[in-house]
Amino acid sequence: MDYQQGDPIFEAYITETSQLVEQLEEMILVFEHVNQFPEEMIHEIFRIMHTIKGSSSMMQFHNIAALAHALEDLFSYLREHSLPPAEWSELSDLMLEGVDFTKVELHKMKNGEPVDGEASAVVQKVKRLLEKLEQGGSSAESGTVEGREESARPNRFAARLVFTDDCEMENVRAYQIIYNLQGWLKDYRHVPEKDASQVIRNHGFQLFMETDKSYDEIHKFLSNTSYLKELELQAVSDFAEPSGQGEPDEPEAPADQEAPEAEPKEAEVKEAEAKKAEAAPGKADNPAHKEMKHPSGHYQGKTIQVNVWKLDELMDLVGELVIAEAMVTQNPDIVGLQLEQFQKAARHLQKITREIQDKVMEIRMVPLATTFQRMHRIVRDMSKKLGKSVQLQLIGEDTEVDKNIIEHISDPLMHLVRNAVDHGLETAEEREQAGKPRTGTLTLEALNNGGEVLIIVRDDGRGLNKQGILKKAKATGLLHKPVAEMTDKEIFNLIFLPGFSTKEQITEYSGRGVGMDVVLQNINAVGGTITVDSRPGEGTAFTIKIPLTLAIIDGMNVSVGDAQYTIPTTSIKESFKPLAKDIITDPDGNEMIMVRGECYPVLRLHELFRVPTEITQISDGILVMVEDEGKGLCIFVDELVGQQQVVVKALPSYIRGLRKIEGISGCTLLGDGNISLILDIQGLLKMK
Amino acid sequence: MSEAVRDETILDELEEEDSQKDKYLRFIVDSECYGIEIRYVTEIIGLQKITPVPEMPDFVRGIVNLRGKIIPVMDVRVRFNKPFREYMERTCIIVIDIHDLSIGLIVDSVTEVLSIPASEIVAPPDLNKRSNRFVMGIGKVGNEVKLLLDCEKLLNDDEAEQLLNN
Repeated sequence: MDYQQGDPIFEAYITETSQLVEQLEEMILVFEHVNQFPEEMIHEIFRIMHTIKGSSSMMQFHNIAALAHALEDLFSYLREHSLPPAEWSELSDLMLEGVDFTKVELHKMKNGEPVDGEASAVVQKVKRLLEKLEQGGSSAESGTVEGREESARPNRFAARLVFTDDCEMENVRAYQIIYNLQGWLKDYRHVPEKDASQVIRNHGFQLFMETDKSYDEIHKFLSNTSYLKELELQAVSDFAEPSGQGEPDEPEAPADQEAPEAEPKEAEVKEAEAKKAEAAPGKADNPAHKEMKHPSGHYQGKTIQVNVWKLDELMDLVGELVIAEAMVTQNPDIVGLQLEQFQKAARHLQKITREIQDKVMEIRMVPLATTFQRMHRIVRDMSKKLGKSVQLQLIGEDTEVDKNIIEHISDPLMHLVRNAVDHGLETAEEREQAGKPRTGTLTLEALNNGGEVLIIVRDDGRGLNKQGILKKAKATGLLHKPVAEMTDKEIFNLIFLPGFSTKEQITEYSGRGVGMDVVLQNINAVGGTITVDSRPGEGTAFTIKIPLTLAIIDGMNVSVGDAQYTIPTTSIKESFKPLAKDIITDPDGNEMIMVRGECYPVLRLHELFRVPTEITQISDGILVMVEDEGKGLCIFVDELVGQQQVVVKALPSYIRGLRKIEGISGCTLLGDGNISLILDIQGLLKMK
Repeated sequence: MSEAVRDETILDELEEEDSQKDKYLRFIVDSECYGIEIRYVTEIIGLQKITPVPEMPDFVRGIVNLRGKIIPVMDVRVRFNKPFREYMERTCIIVIDIHDLSIGLIVDSVTEVLSIPASEIVAPPDLNKRSNRFVMGIGKVGNEVKLLLDCEKLLNDDEAEQLLNN
């Protein structure tokens, strides 16, 4: 079946399944780490598999459904029988294999490619494991292998489902429910009897069923229906006990998170935490904690998914609101008037506008946790394959960054982690010989630093090989400076140059032709920077510096002639009135200025951008000293206008299409409705 | 969406398209009358403060703030290789939208909306490739003749690149 991009059912399916799969992966990794498979997790996985199975077969993605079905069977068995510890590792490998398969298929769907993956290999493996377990298990239990909860008496329920207003095709959806439920139902009847979207839309869809499933199971199943607005489910005969003996300890009760069931789990987590405490004093257990606290997926009701572009639009609107507010409160018509009531009302408006702005910004911020968590998987897989013992330590993963930025840094981060495990860390034997603990430590750290976020990827491995880098750089002709004059940092940073890759042989994980230059490019794309530092034998640290948000920056507005420009405050060191005699001019006509014994180039903005202005004498204007990566530059402008938060907007695509403008990174609207161009300090430094 | 509703929307769209068919906005640059297909035009605004953008070709005057949306503006006069003239009271900006790309065209004045049926439009004479680059047809209205502009060429002509490469 072909689904169009943008089809709401299809999109909802992809989002939901991706989430479940990711949740699944996280759980497996966490529990593998603490080395136990508690019952709650088995139930949870069973539920996840069940949901994926249901929605996938509804969407006709039979390969995923088949896989989910096999895994569901397996976990259904595990719900009844405990798993011998010997099989744990095989189980988690298998689960991750399933996770990967589903991810690949989801990816295909997103790109509009045919979903044609072959799941049978994994399905066979799952079946084999199940068979093995069954044979190993007590033969007396073999009758209930299917794991379906048996109940002596059938339960009777009446359900009424109301779909959301924008659902459309209610009749089809109702049919799908019955179709998917069929296996469970002994008998059923529904109102309306025939296809009648209108009736369903107005009165809901009523379903009377006789089943040996418990209330909870039916309720759970029905509440997973997409586009459901209301669900009423009642047991219609007195003999139907909703307790359902098939689910002895399932914490399904969807009412209260703080229900007593939560406690034993927390205790378990604490135990797990204690185990890890010495190794990872950070919050590495957080996800486990969260998972345990939300056992049956009621977090769904507390968050909603919003498309990022909607947030972008909202952001734009708020930007306009801020400007409109300034236009009203600073209106030339009221300047100089004593309007007490008006001022009061205006202040109130101002306060609310700021609050809205803050909230919108806040909504766009996402913690780095998900991105960091993903690295667990990479580290696990790689250390298993490469036979290295590695522990991943996460620090500050609750640091929040703008959603758009997160999307851009997850690939580079993954690359750095792979590199660190593959090249950075030594094997256990090598480490022992070097007098280091056998297990290598890889630390991912995030911290807030003013308007920026620092992400540090640090390993305690062998460190970068300075001589190797120099040799390679020489061979590839990347050296532009005498070696003797280069600092260690400069040498290390050579690895970011295009065409540089020291590793001779290509391994499965890194060195696939994608070098550090790509990492650098990706990070530069979001206005970030990356530096590397290393000590031989002690390890390497990559520091990524990224702006907190792309959407709003703190800027200093400066004027040149009629034009206004905005300089990001983070790069400004100082500003000062220069004296004509401080300026030194070299024979090429380049101006420089000496400030506290250091010499900085002077860039006249009016010359660079050819803006007519009366202020051309250096002593009439003002110099703004900016710095980036240790390089400084003094920008000559007419005057400073003021500091404010500005909403960054890209230049129109037509303009960008004509030419890439060096030195300008975007534009912004000022309070008076005028446009100011935002200076790209990195670009300006490169020009000088 | 039910069948009936869908049909209606399609009808609406058709109608709208129909009402825009053969309609041209007439504007004046220098002493010449031009027409531009009305379906491209989103609005006509008075002259606003234009923020110049460095390193742009002459005909791109800069960017303006259109209710929070930032759009580039092009001086049609300069685009047609005529000397730049100071803007006056009647100077206005026609905002057009082509393939989701908004751009403002600075013209000397806008006069009216004309209906020119396709039968009254002839192809431009193929005298000299350079002179008719932006004209997609010549429309006859009564005794007058209008040059009908090809909006896409206005934006995508490779002249821009050539200029920049010099």
